[in-house]
Amino acid sequence: MRLSLRRRPAGGPVEGAAPVDGTEPAAAEGTEPGWGAAREIPRADRFSLQDLLVEASFGIGAKPSRLIMTTLGTVLGIASLVVTVGFAQTAAGQIANQFDSVSATQVLVEPATQRGSNGADVATGILPWDAPERVERLAGVERAGLVADVDVKDLPVTSVPVNDPSAPATASPSVVATSAELLAAVRGTVVTGRYFDAGHDARGDRVAVLGERAAEALGINRVDSQPSIFIGETPYTVIGIIRGVERRSDLLDSVILPLGTARADFGVKAATELHVQIAVGAGALVARQAPIAIAPNAPENFTVTSPSTKSDLRDNIQSDINVVFLILGGIALLAGGLGIANVTMLSVMERIGEIGLRRALGATRRDIARQFMIESVVIGLLGGLIGSALGVFAVVIVSVIQGWTPILDPWLAIGSALLGAVVGLAAGVFPARRASNIEPITALRGS
Amino acid sequence: MTRPAVVELVDVTRSFPGPPEVQALKSINLRVDAGDYLSIVGPSGSGKSTMLNLLGLLDRPSVGEYYLDGVSTGALDEQQRAALRGGKIGFVFQAFHLLPHRSVLDNVLLATLYSGVPRSEREPRARAAIDRVGLNHRVDFLPGTLSGGERQRVAVARAVVGSPELLLADEPTGNLDATTSGEVMDLFEELNADGLSLVIITHDRAVAERAERSIRITDGRLLELA
Repeated sequence: MRLSLRRRPAGGPVEGAAPVDGTEPAAAEGTEPGWGAAREIPRADRFSLQDLLVEASFGIGAKPSRLIMTTLGTVLGIASLVVTVGFAQTAAGQIANQFDSVSATQVLVEPATQRGSNGADVATGILPWDAPERVERLAGVERAGLVADVDVKDLPVTSVPVNDPSAPATASPSVVATSAELLAAVRGTVVTGRYFDAGHDARGDRVAVLGERAAEALGINRVDSQPSIFIGETPYTVIGIIRGVERRSDLLDSVILPLGTARADFGVKAATELHVQIAVGAGALVARQAPIAIAPNAPENFTVTSPSTKSDLRDNIQSDINVVFLILGGIALLAGGLGIANVTMLSVMERIGEIGLRRALGATRRDIARQFMIESVVIGLLGGLIGSALGVFAVVIVSVIQGWTPILDPWLAIGSALLGAVVGLAAGVFPARRASNIEPITALRGS
Repeated sequence: MTRPAVVELVDVTRSFPGPPEVQALKSINLRVDAGDYLSIVGPSGSGKSTMLNLLGLLDRPSVGEYYLDGVSTGALDEQQRAALRGGKIGFVFQAFHLLPHRSVLDNVLLATLYSGVPRSEREPRARAAIDRVGLNHRVDFLPGTLSGGERQRVAVARAVVGSPELLLADEPTGNLDATTSGEVMDLFEELNADGLSLVIITHDRAVAERAERSIRITDGRLLELA
């Protein structure tokens, strides 16, 4: 219909008689030369986009307090959307930052267990004594160490073998055996003395390392005097005291022997745990490869506990946050859209006279509809911009308080502001149609 | 080459589908020449509103033909009719219909938006129109601060800013007292003296009698009064 406004082909005579053009509709037929309506109106002069925007802005600005109330729903909806997605992104970034923590760099390999016929769990695999050497060859593995529980068969663990019938029965510290590298693999530190080495292990020397609390219970606080502890009647020289060991804090309550010593003295058959310290991010890889490296023929006989991968964590957190808040945001946005539709409708009803007047002044139905659509879209866009800004501020401020690094996709801010405009567009359709169907004279004579 | 009639209604009937079908105007013939001054009177329900709708290109006749300034309007589409309405017809209403939040100048400029006045000419012409109705000291006032007579003058300025051929006034003095009413009518007559065709729809006998021609509508039929 754009061309139908032009009464003559572009570039034709502007003034004077209308050459009756075959393509022109009957408009020119009744025209007598020299008179008539055949006046060409350049598009730039008749209700251009500029005029439309100016008129719409006056319509929006007429009632500022109502404008604020109208945008509120959209502001809340868009803000909650930005906050939700923004926090999900920020949280994912946080997890990546905390990735180099103890729990994320530790893998635990144990023999798989099966419920035996007598109801007890029976290990289906055996960790070989050279398991640490086997896994240390894998990419991403930094250190590995074995731990075995030692059954001392009710033998007391004491620092001085005193046979005192009147003394109260005390619980002995538990006894475990480890390989020499275990301390590093579980990140323990030596308080005093030293940890045993591969030599002690190979020779089966009767040496022991005490956990911090076990040492306290046994009354041993220095090792330079080479104190001994007794398991039953057998003396063991204490060569060090350790602390730390976040992954196996029970080691602090234990007497720790070299594996070789435990095998010789207590008949330990197999290790029960293999602790592996890995490089950041190698968890999934090591978890897959370690059982094969340990037992190529029966990798299924080992269970591996590895840190969750980064993407697992992020997905979990995102889905937790997103579902709830996105629903809330969607509801707020819907309410916002209905609010805009409602207020635009009210505005149409209040401005029936104005609509009639504009029609009488030469506005088409489409001009009227466009004006109200633009008003609705601008209100939505305004709400979107404010909501987007508020959301970004909320994410930044909370991040500052929590000491996080705020991470926000710039397209999120831009896109959600535009989403506000889309909400306005959808909300404006019905009122705009209603406005364009108003009968001018009824409207003009009504008031 | 003679100037065609500004308005020419030929056997125009406007009926509204029923039931029962109502014929608001019955086979009307009317000719308004350039510079005519015409009043249309009639009781309510007689078809005055329908007449106003038809003359203002806001409605189409069911039967018959309407020539506006020589143009047959029957075959025009909505956009063409809107453009013709904006360019050829000025409206003045009983309730003024000024936008309350816009200045006098803006209200007059409103008419130039749709009628195709070139952008550069809009403001000079609006100021000239305001000057013409004697309100150049009120250019930046809001309508709420003006008296009834002044508001109707603004409406008249708005109606004439697009240089229409025809001024359609619907009960222009209905909200005004006798004195202001007379002033507004004087203004109309000055405009008419300048060559503008004037059609006033009213039921005020005093107003109607000032017109050169007076037409009564009764039950959808026209009767030319002497």
